[in-house]
Amino acid sequence: MSFPWSKEYKPSHPLMVWFDERLPLPRLIYNAVGGGYEVPRNLNYFWNFGFLAGLCLVIQIVSGVILAMHYGGDTSVAFNSTEHIMRDVNWGWMLRYGHANGAAAFFAVVYLHIFRGFYYGSYKAPREMIWLSGVVIFLLMMATAFMGYVLPWGQMSYWAAQVITGLFSAFPLIGDPLKEWLLGGFAPGNATLNRFFSLHFLLPFVILGVVILHIWSLHIPGSSNPTGVEVKSKSDTVPFYPYYVGKDGWTIGLLMIVYSVFLFYMPNALGDPENYIPANPMQTPAHIVPEWYFWPFYAILRSFTQDLLFFEARLLGVLAMFAAILVWFFLPWLDKSPVRSASYRPLYRKFFWVLVIDVLILGYLGKLPAEQPYVLVSQLATMYYFLHFLVIVPIVSSIERPDPLPFSITESVLGHDGAAKLTKD
Amino acid sequence: MIRIFSILVGLFFTVALAWSLLWDTVQLSKDGLPTSAALEFGKAHDLKPLKLASDGPFGKFDKKQLKRGFEVYAGVCASCHSLQQVAYRSLVYAGLTEKEVKELAAKATINAKDPLTGEMKDRPGLTADKFPPVVFAGTGTPPDLSLITKARKGGAAYIYSLLIGYETSQPAELVKKFPDAKTPEGMFYNPYFANLNIAMAPPLASDDLVTYSDGTKATKDQMAQDVSAFLVWAAEPELEQRHQTGAWWILFLIFATTLAYMSYRNIWAEKKGH
Ligand code: HEC
Ligand code: HEM
Repeated sequence: MSFPWSKEYKPSHPLMVWFDERLPLPRLIYNAVGGGYEVPRNLNYFWNFGFLAGLCLVIQIVSGVILAMHYGGDTSVAFNSTEHIMRDVNWGWMLRYGHANGAAAFFAVVYLHIFRGFYYGSYKAPREMIWLSGVVIFLLMMATAFMGYVLPWGQMSYWAAQVITGLFSAFPLIGDPLKEWLLGGFAPGNATLNRFFSLHFLLPFVILGVVILHIWSLHIPGSSNPTGVEVKSKSDTVPFYPYYVGKDGWTIGLLMIVYSVFLFYMPNALGDPENYIPANPMQTPAHIVPEWYFWPFYAILRSFTQDLLFFEARLLGVLAMFAAILVWFFLPWLDKSPVRSASYRPLYRKFFWVLVIDVLILGYLGKLPAEQPYVLVSQLATMYYFLHFLVIVPIVSSIERPDPLPFSITESVLGHDGAAKLTKD
Repeated sequence: MIRIFSILVGLFFTVALAWSLLWDTVQLSKDGLPTSAALEFGKAHDLKPLKLASDGPFGKFDKKQLKRGFEVYAGVCASCHSLQQVAYRSLVYAGLTEKEVKELAAKATINAKDPLTGEMKDRPGLTADKFPPVVFAGTGTPPDLSLITKARKGGAAYIYSLLIGYETSQPAELVKKFPDAKTPEGMFYNPYFANLNIAMAPPLASDDLVTYSDGTKATKDQMAQDVSAFLVWAAEPELEQRHQTGAWWILFLIFATTLAYMSYRNIWAEKKGH
């Protein structure tokens, strides 16, 4: 955010003066990620994940564009062209493993980014727009990852396409025509693969566009911080450059190390072996499972086993799965506690950790076959998931007595005395 | 208003789930936990240990073993299983000489487009060709083996266990408890296979099915190990390059990250709280 003490862009080199007068791009950069952007000084490492998510997006776009140069989006060649990339294209294996594991890294980073938001109440006023655009990004990411997974046309690609588009047929009346329209046929086929390839290429750029809106809306109020107390004075902030460039920067290295260990030493650890078998419409795999980042939602989908009134069980599952993400859109208005950070909300904090465990359990169950006793557990876990967002959060936020907040960010960092001295100067 | 609405939606999902939970519990108390012959008698989770030179982060292929493994594939498996992702020319990386590769390719018949007429025609293979499809007339569908170690949980250890894990008779208990799982006529009991009964007759049923060119004694176990090693190579010919590139790259990353961390500490040095 632009505070009264934010520095103004003053180019020193005549060339930059000339450039900036004609196209104020250097100014934009300076004010967005340079010395002109003032950021709370007390951000912890959970505030690094937005930056790292941006890095993942770049990795995915670059590796994806090159993969597309060698991939063949036709059911007769898709599987073999993927193997051609792995075997014949120079460094092709690195591109493909990099892209597949890059998707996993992207989701891991974004999940941490989202849960940071849940804990620190980042979605609250005046940051609702950042949050809403974030949820849109997440939905787009899910669609992109799903369609990308279909492209190698392995067994799991094919059956994932079958199952996920099949979900739409759960809707009464419009269901079946909708499914056929999405697939371009009665079952996944060439038309499906072609449109998925086209959309999988397009969507990352749409995500990029929404990320720009996301950061634009972030730069209006500026970042929140672990105390949730808004910036009050100059001593509360530091300029993005060099402070957060340095802090975000070195964690790029950490992320890259973890990512590279997967890419080079266990490139298939997160994937399903079944997808190294070419798609075969005549043979259903024993267990159809999505990639790990969809497991919690897959568990929710499968926990509805009985019809209720005029709702078919399958439809309930589909509604619940979509609702599981759509509820995030309403979070800023469901949580009416004026205190942002869970560090000062003793009751909410407990429920937050229950949610974390709950989602981990759902994730674990989503990988397993839909058999007992797993289904019973996922029914309980799904119940908590919805109760958490739709019932507990609204009620807790009105009955809870928050702990006392620090007076300012500076005080929370330097203690009361240090802050008093600083604000006097 | 929105909060009342949200609580109602939350209760709706809870009731629907409680309803499912109730029915499923009733069902469960009637049926008990699901079980199957594979779940109780299968050994897919308890594979025979297999050590290969390509294991681990610094693993490299043992080319002598790859060549022996190829000899097993060519001598035993190739009559039923294809290897269609693998090009003849790449076999030089699996310990064969260029001369051997040329001869091998020339012996194959490849159905390809005639560049002059555009017709599909049979011609002798070239080293750039990939292995052709194999027609199999017996029961079952032998899968292509190019990617088999990546396409099965457990990888090479699974292939190894499967090949030498056949048992001559089913446990009596199994047949008593799961009469449906009795090995059908023409099938074979193998507790490592997903549904315990496999259509492939034990391919390595006796020693010396091949004569190794390096003079190694071709025991069943030796052949099973070698062909498993070869199939790892067939599925991941890039493995060595991947391991080596990764080591240098990660060393570089650790170095660069340390520098970046030090400069971060330096930048923040005078700010308290970090
Ligand atoms: C006589 C023909 C024949 C020969 C020779 C043969 N196989 Fe098979 N193989 C089959 C058939 C048929 C299947 C399919 C079995 C089924 O699905 O029940 C099969 C399946 C397999 C499978 C897949 C098992 C699974 O998990 O689905 C592997 C791995 C395999 N064979 C490896 C080998 C190897 C290695 C050799 C050489 C040592 C070999 N086979 C020799 C016929 C053969
Ligand atoms: C492509 C994916 C995404 C990118 C590149 C991205 C990028 C960023 C960046 C750079 C920041 C500022 C640094 C930080 O606070 O970490 C940020 C903040 C934020 N993001 Fe994201 N984001 C993404 C996805 C999401 C998603 C899925 C959500 C929520 C559903 C979300 C919600 C937020 C919120 C609420 C903030 C403000 C945090 C605060 O100031 O406390 N973002 N994002």
